[in-house]
Amino acid sequence: MEKHHIIPVWFFVGIMLLAYGILILGSGLAEWSNPPHTVLAELHAPVWWGGLLTVIGAAYVLAFRPKT
Amino acid sequence: MTTERMISLAPVDLAIIVIYFLMVLGIGFYLRRFAKSGEDFFMAGREMTAWVAGLSFLSANLGSLELLGWAGSAYQYGILAAHWYWIGAIPAMLFLGIVMMPFYYISKTHSVPGYLQLRYGPAASGLSAISFALMTILMSGVNMYAMALTMKVVLGWNIHFSIWVSSLTVGIYVASGGLFSAIFNEVLQFFLIWFGALLIPILGLIETHGWEGMVARIKSNFPGQDFTHAWSTLGSAQDNPMGIHWTGIVFGLGAIISMGYWTTDFLVVQRVLAAKDLRSAKLAPIIGAFFKMAVPLIVILPGLIGLAVLPDHLVPQGFAQAGQHTYDAVLPLMMARYMGPGLLGLGITALVAGFMAGMAGNVSAFATVWTYDLYRPFMRQLVSKKPATDAHYVSMGRWCTMIGLIISIGAAYLAMGFTSIMDYVQALFSFFIAPLFGTVILGMLWKRTTAAGGFAGLLAGTVASVGMFLIVKFNPEALSIIAMSTHAKAMAEDMYRALWSWIICVLVTVVVSLITKPKPESELAGLVYGATAIPSEGNVGLLQKPIFWAGVALALFIILQWIFW
Repeated sequence: MEKHHIIPVWFFVGIMLLAYGILILGSGLAEWSNPPHTVLAELHAPVWWGGLLTVIGAAYVLAFRPKT
Repeated sequence: MTTERMISLAPVDLAIIVIYFLMVLGIGFYLRRFAKSGEDFFMAGREMTAWVAGLSFLSANLGSLELLGWAGSAYQYGILAAHWYWIGAIPAMLFLGIVMMPFYYISKTHSVPGYLQLRYGPAASGLSAISFALMTILMSGVNMYAMALTMKVVLGWNIHFSIWVSSLTVGIYVASGGLFSAIFNEVLQFFLIWFGALLIPILGLIETHGWEGMVARIKSNFPGQDFTHAWSTLGSAQDNPMGIHWTGIVFGLGAIISMGYWTTDFLVVQRVLAAKDLRSAKLAPIIGAFFKMAVPLIVILPGLIGLAVLPDHLVPQGFAQAGQHTYDAVLPLMMARYMGPGLLGLGITALVAGFMAGMAGNVSAFATVWTYDLYRPFMRQLVSKKPATDAHYVSMGRWCTMIGLIISIGAAYLAMGFTSIMDYVQALFSFFIAPLFGTVILGMLWKRTTAAGGFAGLLAGTVASVGMFLIVKFNPEALSIIAMSTHAKAMAEDMYRALWSWIICVLVTVVVSLITKPKPESELAGLVYGATAIPSEGNVGLLQKPIFWAGVALALFIILQWIFW
């Protein structure tokens, strides 16, 4: 995307994953002692999945942030 | 709002959905400043990297219709549904990258009908553009209907609310940034779909104690039926849930439907044409092929796990009694089974994003074909004798986007009469795509093909395909002739109808070409194999060469067939 100097799409991907990661991780931690009535809720999937999204999202934001 | 719903959303889920809508609208407004010229608006400036073009190429096909429809098909037909991701995609994607892309790219065409205009002239191009425009509008309508229906069944949302909010959002962001917006949102959707759906097979396999445990449960739930072998049950149409013989899969799906779709459906090819150079354009479909091979993990496997763990059997659409769910509901049911607040919002957002990207892909392709292949050559001169400016065509593209969406809303209701969403989609493909593949491939590989031959073949193939569909509709007994088995289900019928219509297209093209005058070879440069000098990819290492990665992808594809034989 050199011609137009558009912010890389990967930066927007990072923002989205980071925002979702934080929300899902937060939600998972909040319900830790009172998990929802889903199958395998005892594995606390929102915590590790939200954590994974947060890490990947932060890495994309840092790597592809617009350079001034 | 209705009171009956599969899933209730928590505030965190709604926040995730709202963030997505704000994000795509924000990206649309941001990209508007870059979509000033026709090249920018319709071709994203032809400056996408291989990765962006490749993920967008794949995502244009990986909409929610795919997710829901194929997860439902996996529940109905078992692992046979994976053929649409393997033999029904990989060889064709590699063929596009290695063999066909140079001709599309060197000719600098803006669309597939645009290539036909250069190769065959206005008759074949016009016919192809009309059928493509019709197909994209219908497909956009199918996406819209599927989304509204899913949101109604899953979340209890009002069907009109879903249609209008999603259409308006898609209209605003595509009309703003053109193909830039569509591609950016397809890349976002790619990540959303993977992160939104991958948890289902992970948790599903934990619940069933792995693949072997899942197979054992399916056998116990559905005694006497084989849902987990991809090839070994295809020796006879009676031995598998789809009622198809291996010839239908190999020749109908692998050789015709898939080649036609992946190499001539402008919706996907447009993404690759936006690549910044020929090497990127060749690499993009190959990158897409690697991810395509993995998609059954998030689409087919949830359907199979559904066969193993869901307490009640799902039923075909139209047969559901109160309290029963249809095949296409398997993915939302699996989401509700494993996903709590937060994760559910992510899964639903992935579906919404997939639906909207499906609509956006169709309307952006429609706007290009309408503006460049129908309006410019056939209608502009009726309005004014003066050549139009580039800005005029960009303005036309923005208006077409909105008008296309409005027509799509009407088309959404056409989708309601079919037993399964994907059967409807496959029927559409076989009408238009299979004959088009015959016309394009003969045009690219055979110098003797003439303009009259190309047009006659395309017309004959399309008419034959629609004719076969209508014959079976009014006389179901004809199915045993067209699909070579009375056991054939709708999808098997589509495969054979595509095969016959392609054969008719090729035969008519060859016969008419042999009795009409061909173009001189000097006019075929850049369009036909043998008359075109393919530019060098530059002095790059083995790992940068598209042919190397195509070989790796092909090897992986063969290994997968062997594992799931």
